[in-house]
Amino acid sequence: MTEPQFAIDAAGLRKTYGATRALDGLDLRVPAGTVHGVLGPNGAGKTTCVRVLATLARPDGGRAVVAGHDVVRDPGRVRTRIGLVGQHAAVDEVLTGRQNLVMFGRLYHLGARWARRRADELLERFRLADAADRPAGQYSGGMRRRLDLAAGMILAPSVLFLDEPTTGLDPRSRIEVWDAVRSLADGGTTVLLTTQYLEEADRLADAISVIDRGRVIAGGAPDELKSRLGGDHLEIVLEDPGALDRAAAVVARIAGTEPEVDADALRVGAPVRDRVGALTGAVRALDEADVRVADIGVRRPTLDEVFLHLTGDPTDENEEVPA
Amino acid sequence: MTVASMPPIPEIPRSPLGRLRWAAADGWTLTRRALTHWVKRPDQLVIGLAFPVLVVLMMGYLFGGQMEVPGGDYREFIIPGMFAMTMVFGVEATFTAVAADAAKGVSDRFRAMPMSPSAVVVGRGAADMVDSLAALSVTALCGLAMGWRVHDGIVPALAGLGLLLLLRFALVWVGVYLGLIAKGPESVMIIQILVWPIGFLSSAMVAPSTMPGWLGSIAEWNPMSATVTACRDLFGDPAQAALASDSWAAENALLLAVAWPLAIAAVFFPLAVRRYRAMGR
Repeated sequence: MTEPQFAIDAAGLRKTYGATRALDGLDLRVPAGTVHGVLGPNGAGKTTCVRVLATLARPDGGRAVVAGHDVVRDPGRVRTRIGLVGQHAAVDEVLTGRQNLVMFGRLYHLGARWARRRADELLERFRLADAADRPAGQYSGGMRRRLDLAAGMILAPSVLFLDEPTTGLDPRSRIEVWDAVRSLADGGTTVLLTTQYLEEADRLADAISVIDRGRVIAGGAPDELKSRLGGDHLEIVLEDPGALDRAAAVVARIAGTEPEVDADALRVGAPVRDRVGALTGAVRALDEADVRVADIGVRRPTLDEVFLHLTGDPTDENEEVPA
Repeated sequence: MTVASMPPIPEIPRSPLGRLRWAAADGWTLTRRALTHWVKRPDQLVIGLAFPVLVVLMMGYLFGGQMEVPGGDYREFIIPGMFAMTMVFGVEATFTAVAADAAKGVSDRFRAMPMSPSAVVVGRGAADMVDSLAALSVTALCGLAMGWRVHDGIVPALAGLGLLLLLRFALVWVGVYLGLIAKGPESVMIIQILVWPIGFLSSAMVAPSTMPGWLGSIAEWNPMSATVTACRDLFGDPAQAALASDSWAAENALLLAVAWPLAIAAVFFPLAVRRYRAMGR
């Protein structure tokens, strides 16, 4: 069999829980060997998406092929080619790190010798060798996550699913996990990563699918997504609230569009095309209008802004959506 | 990572025999996992074994002085009841272990692996049986020290032991099933509350023939009572003859002590495996 071009190829996935449409016609294609970020607010369907692709949940409709096998028709084969790292560190806290990996190795039907050898390799690789013989319950959050990743890597899967791998970790542990994911991707593993952290997707993903209400609403490389939002962004911070109207008028004229005004932060901003022209034009016009400026600059939008723009919902609000 | 160190991708067996071999291997791996827990946490093991001993001592010496048993001795009379009680209380341990795995996502990991779907359930069951055997042995030693004796020889006594383990075996699946449908290991509270009336409303502590008629009937039909009564028969308890009632359930205790657990297992084993498979929520 030839290696499929897409490690994950899903079309029209639907999954309903009661009245909630967790997946509502989700399409997803992930080229082999890439890191793909699935971004969305709580309840958008990220976890359900992973559960369906990892054979934990059966879709109500649509079709998905993972690592060359159909998740509904041939879940057993899919399971031999994937690794799953869920939201909770799914390791046995009483067993040591090594015992955990050997146990999972045996459950992957590696023989005793392979299971031990693989455990040693992975402990080394995820920098857990020193802690190998301590109970996993004594590990730090970051170490436990790395053990979790190691367990997901036992069969050297071609596709690794990471469902919010750094949720609840401190910044240092988060960077440890990022490094680990990066090195897996460099080794050729296809990684599907769900996250609420835009920074995480920006740092790790080759491509991103933004999902909301069980559907992909935008996709592309992080830079593409950012430029689709109008590319560069002119931003002015004023010293005097009385000048807000005048500044807004200046920015409106230069950007050719209605500016966003944040009265509390004394900030006026708008997307612009010609970054240098817009900046020099704004400085000159503000000076002429006698507006005193605390700060002025042109910057690219953050993924947060892309996200807000696409979903129309603040990322950290999750009322009305079930977890 | 070099290509040479890539582990082999397992071939999923197609034949029923091959699948059975996978199931057995996975079941054994998970049994060993549970046994390793006891080695790693001897304190938990000791507490688990001390509990039935505590209950036996409490019942035997707190109540034993006042309870008069015609033709026998209360301390001897309650030991078979304590055995069965230990088996019923074991549901808590099964429940907690299963619910904890589900809550921590360990079950999800298992389900995303090319494992035999029955292995998780089977491994749990096997480990709990080993645990129960240990608990029974400790309770038996305690009973012997308190004056409990086997009167009719070792073979019937072993048969009684077998009936107790059969009851526990049936209850493993109840525990697994409830653990899988529970919200989390904290719900064990409900089980802890439920096992007491089940334990007391039986022939374990008091002969149902001394209860008000309707209550005695309920107690006699309690699956646990069948095991207790059959065990008293098999151990040759001297008080049994005087206290036995002539109801059908009491007369056929041995039959019921086999039939009840088999019926419970026949209902809850498929339920547990199905629930585990259908965790695809």
